[in-house]
Amino acid sequence: MNAVGVDLKKLRAPALLLVLLLLLIALPHARPGYAVVLVYTILMYIVLTVSWVLFSAPTGYVSLAPAAFFGVGIYTSAILGMKLPLPVVICIGGLASAFLALLVGALTLRLKGIYFAIFTFGLVELIKHFVLWYELKYTGTRGRFLLPVGNNTIYYVMLAILVALLLTTYFIKRSKYGLALQSIGEDEEAAAHTGINVTLLKIITFAISAVFTGAAGAIWAIRLTYIDPYIAFDVNNSFMPVLMAIFGGLGQLYGPILGAVVFSFLREVLITRFPYYYMLLIGTILLVSILYLPNGLVGLIQRWRRRIWGGQHANT
Amino acid sequence: MPILEGEGVTKYFGGLAAVSNVDFYVDEGEIVGLIGPNGAGKTTLFNLISGALVPKSGVIRFQGANITGLKPHRICKMGIARTFQSVKVFANMPALENVMLGSLFGAPNSVAPAEAVREATALLDFVGLSAVGATPAKDLTLANQKRLEVARALATKPKLLLLDELMAGLNPTETAEAMALITRIRDQGITIFMIEHVMKAIMSVCDRIMVLHHGVKIAEGTPQEIATSKKVIEVYLGE
Ligand SMILES: Nc1ncnc2c1ncn2[C@@H]1O[C@H](COP(=O)(O)OP(=O)(O)O)[C@@H](O)[C@H]1O
Ligand SMILES: [Mg+2]
Repeated sequence: MNAVGVDLKKLRAPALLLVLLLLLIALPHARPGYAVVLVYTILMYIVLTVSWVLFSAPTGYVSLAPAAFFGVGIYTSAILGMKLPLPVVICIGGLASAFLALLVGALTLRLKGIYFAIFTFGLVELIKHFVLWYELKYTGTRGRFLLPVGNNTIYYVMLAILVALLLTTYFIKRSKYGLALQSIGEDEEAAAHTGINVTLLKIITFAISAVFTGAAGAIWAIRLTYIDPYIAFDVNNSFMPVLMAIFGGLGQLYGPILGAVVFSFLREVLITRFPYYYMLLIGTILLVSILYLPNGLVGLIQRWRRRIWGGQHANT
Repeated sequence: MPILEGEGVTKYFGGLAAVSNVDFYVDEGEIVGLIGPNGAGKTTLFNLISGALVPKSGVIRFQGANITGLKPHRICKMGIARTFQSVKVFANMPALENVMLGSLFGAPNSVAPAEAVREATALLDFVGLSAVGATPAKDLTLANQKRLEVARALATKPKLLLLDELMAGLNPTETAEAMALITRIRDQGITIFMIEHVMKAIMSVCDRIMVLHHGVKIAEGTPQEIATSKKVIEVYLGE
C-alpha cells in the first residue's frame, strides 16, 4: 500500500510535465495566431533563464554574457539562414555560442565575483561594436534581413530547444557533476583539493549553457526579420535571465521557470497595454519583489504551503 | 626513498619570504609534525605541497615524481589529501555529500555513485559522524566540521594526509578524540604530515618534528630532541 503510494508520487511530476508538453504541442492547432507568438516569446525567456541558471546558480559566478551568446546565435542565422536548412542553422548557432563561451571561459573564469560579471558584461559591448565595425567596413551595411518562416515553425523549434535544455539540466543536476558544480559555489578551493578539475568543469558547463542561448538566438532572429548589432546584442537579454531567475527563486529548478513565465508574461502584457510606462511598471514589480520576496516566487509558494499544511500538522 | 620530499622550496609574498629555501622529507608510514610560531610559513608550505600555491623556486617530489606546480586536483588524485586551518566544508551540502565528492572525484580510480555512497557512509562512521550524515555541513559543530574535512580527505584514498591545525579550537575531550583518530588513520597505512599548536598532542603522536621560523627550517628531530633544543625554546620564549 505504502510502496504503491510512493511510486505514484514519484510518477506525478513526470506525468504532469508530459501533459504540459502535450498541451504545448497541441496549442498551435487549438489557438493559432497571437497565442502562439506570446507562448514562444515566453518559451524563449525560459530558455535564456534556465541556461543562465544551469551555470550561474550552482557556481555563484554571475554571468552577464547571455546577450553575447544570444547575439551570436542571431548573427549565425542572419548569415547562414538562406544557405542551410533551419535545423542545421540552429545547431550551428548553438555551437558558435559554445565556442565563444569556451574561449571566454578559458580567459576569464579565473576572475572571481564581481570581476567576472563585469567582464562578461563588457564582452557584450565588445562584440556588438566589433560586429558593427566589421559590417560597416566589409559589407557596407548596418543591418541584415532574414527570410521569414511561419510562426508555428518558430514555436516548435523553441519548444524543442527548451525540452532539450530541461533534459540536459536535469541530467547534469542529478549527476556527480551537478554535485561538483555546487561544491564550486560553496568553496572552490576545497573543491579543487577534493580532486575536482574546477577550471575545466566551469568552462564546459559555461559552454553547455551557451549552446541553448545561442540556439534560441538563432531561431529568434527569424522572428525579428531585420537585425543589426544593436538589436542582436541587446544588453537587456543579459539582465532579463538574471532578473527572471531571482524573481522566481533560485532554490529549485521550477523557481526560475516560474519566474520566467510570470515575468515575461507580465512584460508582454504591459508592453502592449502601457507601451510608455511599461519599464516603470517592470521596475516597480522588481523592486517590490526583491524587498518582499527575498526567496522569489518559490519562497512565497513555500510560505503558503507551510501555512496550509502547518495548521494540519499542529493537530497531530 | 621518502614518500614526500622538498628541496630548496621557496615562496615570496611581495618582499616577504614566507617559505625560504626549505628542505624536508616525510617517510612512508611516519607521522611528522610541523611546528613554529604564527606566521612561520607552515600553512604556506602545505599550500605549496597541495598545489594551492606554486613555489618561486625549489622542487617537491611525491613518490619520486616531481609534482612542483601541478594543479591541486592532479595532486589530490595522485594521493595527497589535506584539511584546512580555517575549515572549508561545503556548507549547504549534507555531510554525506561532502564526503561523496572525495570518492567521486579525488580517488585515483573513479568510483560509481552507489559505491561513493557506501564509502562515504563508512568514512562518516570511521570519524564518528554516522548520526549526522544528512545534516548540512554548516549546522555541525566546529569539531564535527573538522572531522568531516578529514572524512572528505580520506574519501580520496590518499597515501599522504596533510592536517593543518586539526586541533585548534577544540576542547580537551575533542582534542583527545582527534589524537586517537590520527593514530587510527596511520594504522590504515596512511602517512601523516601535520601542523599543530597543541604541544602535548604533537609530542605524543609524532615520530618526528620539523620547526619553521620566519620561513626557515631551524630544527628537526624526534619529539625528545625538539623539546630540549635550545634554539626551539628560544624561538617560542622569544615570542
Ligand atoms: N596569500 C597570502 N598573501 C600574502 N601573504 C600571505 C599569504 N598567505 C600567507 N601570507 C603571509 O605569509 C606568512 C606565513 O603565513 P602562514 O604560512 O599562514 O603561517 P603559519 O601557518 O605558520 O601561521 C605570514 O606573514 C602571512 O601573513
Ligand atoms: Mg597556519
